[in-house]
Amino acid sequence: MAFRDDVRRIRAIVWKDLTTERRSKAGFNSVASLGVTMLVLFGLALGPDSVALKDAAAGALWLAVLFAGVLAFNRSYQVELDGGALEALLLYPGSRWAIFAGKLIANLIFVTLMLVIVVGVGIVLFQVVVPPTWPAIVGILLLGVLGIVSLGTFYAAMSSRSRAREVLLPLLLYPMLIPVLLASMIATKALLFGDLMNEVGAWVRMLSAFDVIFLVATFFAFEYVIEV
Amino acid sequence: MCCRVKPYTLSAFLRLENWVAFALISSVTNVAPLLAPDLALDARGVARRFGARWVLRGANLQVRAGEMVGLLGHNGCGKSTFMRIIATLLKASAGDCFVYGSNVKTEGDDVRHHVGFFSHIPGLYDDLSARENLAFAATMLGFPTADIDAALERVGLTSVAHERVRGFSTGMQRRLSLARLILQRPRLLLLDEPYNNLDVAGIALMNGFIRELNAAGGAAIVVLHDLVPAQGVLDRTVIIRDGRVHMPSPADLARDGASPQAITLPVGAAGIS
Repeated sequence: MAFRDDVRRIRAIVWKDLTTERRSKAGFNSVASLGVTMLVLFGLALGPDSVALKDAAAGALWLAVLFAGVLAFNRSYQVELDGGALEALLLYPGSRWAIFAGKLIANLIFVTLMLVIVVGVGIVLFQVVVPPTWPAIVGILLLGVLGIVSLGTFYAAMSSRSRAREVLLPLLLYPMLIPVLLASMIATKALLFGDLMNEVGAWVRMLSAFDVIFLVATFFAFEYVIEV
Repeated sequence: MCCRVKPYTLSAFLRLENWVAFALISSVTNVAPLLAPDLALDARGVARRFGARWVLRGANLQVRAGEMVGLLGHNGCGKSTFMRIIATLLKASAGDCFVYGSNVKTEGDDVRHHVGFFSHIPGLYDDLSARENLAFAATMLGFPTADIDAALERVGLTSVAHERVRGFSTGMQRRLSLARLILQRPRLLLLDEPYNNLDVAGIALMNGFIRELNAAGGAAIVVLHDLVPAQGVLDRTVIIRDGRVHMPSPADLARDGASPQAITLPVGAAGIS
């Protein structure tokens, strides 16, 4: 019964976050614009060399997702802080992990939508030919996003109480995400341009392991970071 | 001025009075709670510090079910801190606090089932409509959404039920927050300066809700600066001074800016330190 109540609360938080985001529009527009701008800047920096562009495509894509994602994570708690709604949210009975799960799912949907736009623009800008292994690439994209979003949602909650949250979040998040980014980048690149060293499996296992660690750790630790 | 010490500095850490205060508070709070079944609130030696500054230094307050208590005190004396500790929004540095027998430190979820907190911050989502804000609250609380229209009608917001809260005045937002409490019907109501930004009709609405809760056996603690709007609602008043709960004297009431009429209000002696 308690679990069913928590599921109801998770659904309510997801609906609330996505509805407020859809109506305000500012969040998604700014996050997607930042992602696309990052790709364009990387493209300009690499010049017209198509081989260099293709080589850098996977790295540029994941860095664009990371930087734009930080903006999204900060924003997901800014909505709560604006009218003192975080306080009201914490006053509702129920498990704290339900709040985290609701925020996590809403951020996952949000970042995945942004990813669709960034990937579309990236394919055109970096002259990438979509390989027949594209379903595997989609799987890696989703696994990578899951790792980034789980840790991003957690650290955004932790830094939400700080006045310097915009600075604090990247400082906390970027070093911790290095394994996820590394695994996602190398696996994506290998699937795009051929897995000569037969290394994709190992990187995917590493990515999955970090996803599980991040998910479990953040679910358990959320209660302690959200309370004062 | 030369003796002022900033919090978090080494000198603050080394100051003897901080350690003496900590020792005193710890000794006071090592008292086993005597839980009476009819106590809505049993706060014993509640202390809280921010940095080196102790805001609460062992506050004791017992509130019986069905009792309405006014909480006075000058700005920064710890009234809101005390309320936030009771509501599980803030952890006490020392002391114990029980709401209907549930410890706010260890049984927060049980406490939150009983407590309704009306803060001076509305806690609403600007991009949701009034109705959607209440629907979200009802879902989170596990209450039927069928009562939303009645709650909106009661606070006079039926005509703007589908408008976004972003366009609401502060008074309308306060009314919507009150509608959320009406939906919840808590057993212990914590009201932090509830009459701010409310017009005469809003004040009557608030008092009507408090009386209704009282009739149903609920308790309330009301933080106030001016006692006049709460005339006829409170059973007793207490004051926070030097981090502790006291019985206020007429001089206290006058010094803290309460209106002269307030002095005629009942001043309680039961259940205070």
